[in-house]
Amino acid sequence: MGRSKLSQIFASVLVNAVYAMQNYPVTFISTLLSPLSILIVITFVSHGTLIGVGVVGALIMTMVSSGTGLQGDLSHLKNDFKLQDMVVSSPTKEATYIFGMAISEIIYSLPAIIVLTILAAIYVHPGVLQALVIVLIMGAMFAFSTVLGFLLSTFTSDVIQSWAFSGIVSLILTTIPPVYYPISYIPVPYQYLAYLSPTTYGAEIAQSAMGYISISQLNLAVDWAVLVAVIAVLFLIAYKKARWRDP
Amino acid sequence: MEGLVCKSIYKTYDGRVRALGNISFSLPDKGIFAMIGRNGAGKTTLVRILSTELIPTKGSATIKGLDVVKDPSAVREIVAIVPQEARAIPWLTPKQTIISYLLYRGMGYSEASKRAEESLKKLGIQKSSNKLNRLLSGGTKRKVLVATVLASEAKVIFLDEPTTGLDPISRNDLWKLLKDLKDDYLIFLTTHYLEEAEKLADKIGVIEKGRLIAMGTMEELRSKVEHQYSIRILGDSNPIKTRKGVTVKGIDGTYQILTSESDAFEIARELIKKKIKFSTNPVSLEDIFYYLVRKPIDEDSGVEEGGWR
Repeated sequence: MGRSKLSQIFASVLVNAVYAMQNYPVTFISTLLSPLSILIVITFVSHGTLIGVGVVGALIMTMVSSGTGLQGDLSHLKNDFKLQDMVVSSPTKEATYIFGMAISEIIYSLPAIIVLTILAAIYVHPGVLQALVIVLIMGAMFAFSTVLGFLLSTFTSDVIQSWAFSGIVSLILTTIPPVYYPISYIPVPYQYLAYLSPTTYGAEIAQSAMGYISISQLNLAVDWAVLVAVIAVLFLIAYKKARWRDP
Repeated sequence: MEGLVCKSIYKTYDGRVRALGNISFSLPDKGIFAMIGRNGAGKTTLVRILSTELIPTKGSATIKGLDVVKDPSAVREIVAIVPQEARAIPWLTPKQTIISYLLYRGMGYSEASKRAEESLKKLGIQKSSNKLNRLLSGGTKRKVLVATVLASEAKVIFLDEPTTGLDPISRNDLWKLLKDLKDDYLIFLTTHYLEEAEKLADKIGVIEKGRLIAMGTMEELRSKVEHQYSIRILGDSNPIKTRKGVTVKGIDGTYQILTSESDAFEIARELIKKKIKFSTNPVSLEDIFYYLVRKPIDEDSGVEEGGWR
């Protein structure tokens, strides 16, 4: 019989996003509100001066959170329900499953993305090129965090391990990097720490494109190079090391 | 036609812990096969290898001629599994659970929806089809998972302890369903319920410490035990001494005489004369299981080491 890859992708979207939001509407509200919470704080603390950079940051952070959320969801479905075991023994291939799950995370985040896009149109007014850079950065950060999430999920055997990974990843990807404000707002020694996180490079590119910060062309090129290199290396590690079929 | 062939499968975890050693057997392409064994005997490891989830350390297996090690993609087209610790996802309904799984198998949505309804009906849980799984009883949740794989087009089904958590009536319902399916499917199940294996399976395997120590029909397994009949004496004393067979004391303190069919008749007469209550039966799978697993492998230590309940 003919197997439809689209069906297989759709399966993940249904399980991890559509059915979850349909049957538990509270998840819809939660996903809508979570990226707004820091944005609200930043806006109030800065008396509204950082709302533009905050909205762009929230869009990037939504994608990062989607990817890191994938790690928790994959671990949960694998370890607590054995869904992955059932899928491994089915015609769905590893890449299709992960792609479907990644799409499900975007669908899950769609309400937040729509609200933030509206806010961006109101407060940021990006041009076509600027919008394109933001979308590219959002895509890059999503690719990075998705692959990282998948890689880590294959090594977790229970929810406690999964939480531990989530805590570390969340600190590195979402707490340390200056996403909702320019990097110059944090003291110099901590700026070096911030550059340990790939999110910082993404945020710097987006903030530069929007004119919130000014960096040299060389710095910009380095930011892109680091981002692309980190994603490429992570893809390679995931390809080599991630475990679909247990050894 | 051979449905499943295992050729000298070995599995060692982390290069140290041997889970399976030299497992070889073959099964026809239809019918029910039950693998019984104690906790940690290797049942789940074997099922995971056969369903292509796990790579064996050595050896191979074929399912309908397809190699599970070299060609897992082809095998995955024809197998489906309900893993031992699988749980119905709580935020889905039974119908959504089945539809999702069938979509994973590459089916279209409308076909999946139709099959989901049919399968739920087949398992008698169609009334719960639109309730959330989290609201269902443990038994119904288990049935949802069985309905899920049975709704697929796979003809080789692995059920790792499918009736765990089911009440006796639900268990019997599932047995009946599986029996009805055995002409069309090869159903490979693992179970702790010896009665389940005895009632359902055409062939039974006994696995102990990663080795297949016996395999065959009930009659073939029975022939592996020296004695064919069992007399269980009610009460906690041994009222007769007989050389016609072996008397063993079970771990529950009761006595059992294992003997031949003709001697069982004579012993029974003696017990009746002494007005001692007893029951007599052909040796059950439980008797055989205890006999086999208590016996040190590769040594004939005798039935006296048996550990009946």
